[in-house]
Amino acid sequence: MNIFERVSAVAMAGTMAVMLAAPAGAAVESEDPIKLTLHDWTGQLITTRIMGEVLQKAGYNIEYVQADYIAQFAGLKSGDLHVAMEIWETTGREAMDEATATGNVENLGETGLQAIEEWWYPAYMKERCPGLPDWTALNDCAEEFSTPETAPMGRYLGGPVTWGGFDDERVEALELDYEVVHAGTDAALFAELESAYQREAPVLLWVYAPHWAPIKYEGEWVEFPPYTAECYDDPAWGSNPDTAYDCGKPRGPIWKVAWSGVKDKWPGAHAAIGAFTLDNDEMGAMVAAVDLEGGTVEGVVDQWMADNESRWKSWIGM
Amino acid sequence: MASDRVARSPWRWFWSGALVVSFGLYYLAGELLPRAATRYPAAWRIPLKDDISAFMNWLIEDATLGLVTFKEFTRGIAWVLEQPLNLATSLFATGFLSGVGSNAEQILPPLSWVAVIAVVYLMGRYARDVKLALLVAGCFGYLALFGQWHSAMVTLSSIVIAVPFGVAGGLLLGIAGYRWRAFERAITPVLDLMQTIPIFAYLVPILFLFGFGPVAAMIGTIIYAMPPMVRVTMLALRSVPDEVVEFGRMAGCTRRQLTWKVLVPSASSGLMVGVNQVIMLSLNMVIIASMIGAGGLGYDVLTSLRRLDIGAGIEAGVAIVVLAIALDRLSQAYAARTPTGRAGGETSLVKRHPWTLLALGIVVAAYLGGLLFAALAEFPQAWQITTGPFWTALVKWVNVNFYDTLEAVKAALLINVLVPVKRFLLAMPWAWVIFLVAAAGWWLGGWRLSLLTAALSTFILVTGQWADAMVTVYLTGISVVIAALIGIPVGIAAAGNDRAWRVVQACIDTLQTLPSFVYLIPVVMLFRVGDFSAMIAIVAYAVAPAIRYTAHGIRYVPTELVEAGIVSGCTPRQLLFKIRLPLAMPEIMLGINQTIMLALSMLVITALVGTRDLGQEVYIALTKADTGRGIVAGLSVAFIAIIADRLIAAGSNRVRRRLGLQ
Repeated sequence: MNIFERVSAVAMAGTMAVMLAAPAGAAVESEDPIKLTLHDWTGQLITTRIMGEVLQKAGYNIEYVQADYIAQFAGLKSGDLHVAMEIWETTGREAMDEATATGNVENLGETGLQAIEEWWYPAYMKERCPGLPDWTALNDCAEEFSTPETAPMGRYLGGPVTWGGFDDERVEALELDYEVVHAGTDAALFAELESAYQREAPVLLWVYAPHWAPIKYEGEWVEFPPYTAECYDDPAWGSNPDTAYDCGKPRGPIWKVAWSGVKDKWPGAHAAIGAFTLDNDEMGAMVAAVDLEGGTVEGVVDQWMADNESRWKSWIGM
Repeated sequence: MASDRVARSPWRWFWSGALVVSFGLYYLAGELLPRAATRYPAAWRIPLKDDISAFMNWLIEDATLGLVTFKEFTRGIAWVLEQPLNLATSLFATGFLSGVGSNAEQILPPLSWVAVIAVVYLMGRYARDVKLALLVAGCFGYLALFGQWHSAMVTLSSIVIAVPFGVAGGLLLGIAGYRWRAFERAITPVLDLMQTIPIFAYLVPILFLFGFGPVAAMIGTIIYAMPPMVRVTMLALRSVPDEVVEFGRMAGCTRRQLTWKVLVPSASSGLMVGVNQVIMLSLNMVIIASMIGAGGLGYDVLTSLRRLDIGAGIEAGVAIVVLAIALDRLSQAYAARTPTGRAGGETSLVKRHPWTLLALGIVVAAYLGGLLFAALAEFPQAWQITTGPFWTALVKWVNVNFYDTLEAVKAALLINVLVPVKRFLLAMPWAWVIFLVAAAGWWLGGWRLSLLTAALSTFILVTGQWADAMVTVYLTGISVVIAALIGIPVGIAAAGNDRAWRVVQACIDTLQTLPSFVYLIPVVMLFRVGDFSAMIAIVAYAVAPAIRYTAHGIRYVPTELVEAGIVSGCTPRQLLFKIRLPLAMPEIMLGINQTIMLALSMLVITALVGTRDLGQEVYIALTKADTGRGIVAGLSVAFIAIIADRLIAAGSNRVRRRLGLQ
């Protein structure tokens, strides 16, 4: 086969591919691929793949791009990336607000998933500290939760500094005898939990859901005075009249965001992304199926698509 | 010698006095001095980071170069780089596609695993011998057997494009630096910055300018991996013997011929050191590149560790190591190969290119075979093996059985060493520290160095990063001391014995290419989040040059001097402490210098286990997309590195002079 034959063969195959793709794509506004970002936690891979599958059923051309959770905003603003399916109220709010303020990024509403973030301890700690989960029991067990570096104070392992969370302020406001140590990433956070769980050692740390950890490990969230907006804004609120943050953490939605151009370029996809919702229970089950039972993300997503046909069809107006 | 001793004694007094004053300040500063003496007041800060952010915004939004905007220009560069990268990715990983996204159809599958392994085998055989061929084929075999094939090919395709760009760019800059001294002076500080500013610091602007994806990752890789090539090129060209250059001139070479036909070939063995460094550093960047869309093995390491699947993380990490080993050994062998004379022009194509034709034949055969048997096109899943559960179980076993012992060791070190040093450094008034840094510059290198070190440390102060910088100095300082305490004795022991040296060399190569994230998570499980885990990770990564340079220095002590020592009746102990060590000292100091550089480059990684230093500052800036904050913190890391580098270089020169080596 000489070079010219090769080139024409390639060209022909290319034309045929376009022709084959044409009928499916006839209904959509643009053949360009919609780029959805994939991050490094399973739940997000599942949400994104479900969205991708649904868009593909509607005839859209899609492409998955691996991107860092925060660094992706640079791409969303410039239009290099198009859709990010999970921006957590609790960890991504700041970056999201900054991006939407530029006008180049649009918030497409809630995914229906609720982020829970709170202090958490394994179930075996309840025997050693019977007052839990009520937060007032924490000070009685500070010694139990201490390590050589923090003794006699208890040790609480908080999330990475970048997650915020006001734990230092909370310890102050509720007069807890605890020292807050910040993990740098959530991998480090759960590595400590895994290590302590293997040895049934005391551990008190920041856990969030939806995540595989509260499914894999048996344990409970500490019950602080429930969060209200006044608690964070108004020092007078709550048990400590002089400081704010004398309550638990807010539970917030997980948002979908997109590049602003999506609305004009792929209006149908824009509507479908806006309509997408899941809930915490089905998400938890899917995450567990992948991370704990060894399933593949693709397999779990296919199963979901088969089980929920009427739901996703309504998102794309079928 | 006598005058030297006189000149040194006032300094000895000075440093003893400085030590006493420092301790005095440590105990008294809290009471005697105002708070502003140790904590630089926020009101005095220079808002440099805001200016940098504003400049970056302007560069991205408004800057133009005549007809095109700056952003269009950089996007153009990205497009050019994207073409070879796409070709390589298609060839190795995805196959040739028509169309984009999920509509794409495969026209031609990627190279079959059989073909790739056969080709690297033939390359090894051609470049040296069967032993090398088996080694590289074994390395690639590992990738297939452990199910890393696809990711490894994605990584490989970005490496095979990034490395030639890094090498070619470095070579050209190096030649320019060799020709024009002024250019060398201009580029040296830029190289320092390229190597020492953590990539996270400039990741955000790179993403804006070059787009999101593998190309931006590749540009970051090239920036990080190119500087050693430039330095090595300048050094290698300078060390070409004058006679060779003269001979070229006499033979009537033009300037261009002199460069490409005389200088570059005669310096080739030196240049290969640079190529080796470019390969190693490019593979070092694999993890960070995967965070901005490069995918591949780095992504596998990250995702496995987020699931705490330690075994899978280790297997993907080792895949990076074997890839590095295969590429490095192959490129070394190619460079060392002496071209055989070509006999006459009339031989046939087959006779002239037997290896290339054989390789092509295998590629085509494997491709056709792949159409018939799927197992030839893609390594069957059923044949893959994994050692994952073993590693997970091993870490668990160590955790359950030895945690208490490790905890005791750790607590002792923390309470007696780490915490006091940290408190001490944080209690020092900034003016005193800057004074001491400037004094050290004067002592070792004269007033110029003194001015430089003072200016750089003042920059860190006025941009409001003093406390973070002190934590950085404490963490890297302690890690470097420990790395030296481990590395120098190991280097000395390994230097005396060829077999031991080979084993040690394999170990340190692995430590340097295995992504630190792989061992960071088990370390956190055993030592918990905090400075101690960070320290272990830094020591593990930075110990390599301490070992390498020590061994190198000791092995190359002139044999006459050693023999003279033996003749005059030295014991082996005296031989080591009176002759070998002092003479190897300049080399050992160079090793320590490199150890410091590597320790500082680990800061961004250790930020991931919760340290509170400049690395964390860079990381926070990245997560908040705050360009100015990241660059200012990144510059501060670079300045600490430059201060350490210049002081050690000046000190090493003094020692050299005293030993009469110069």
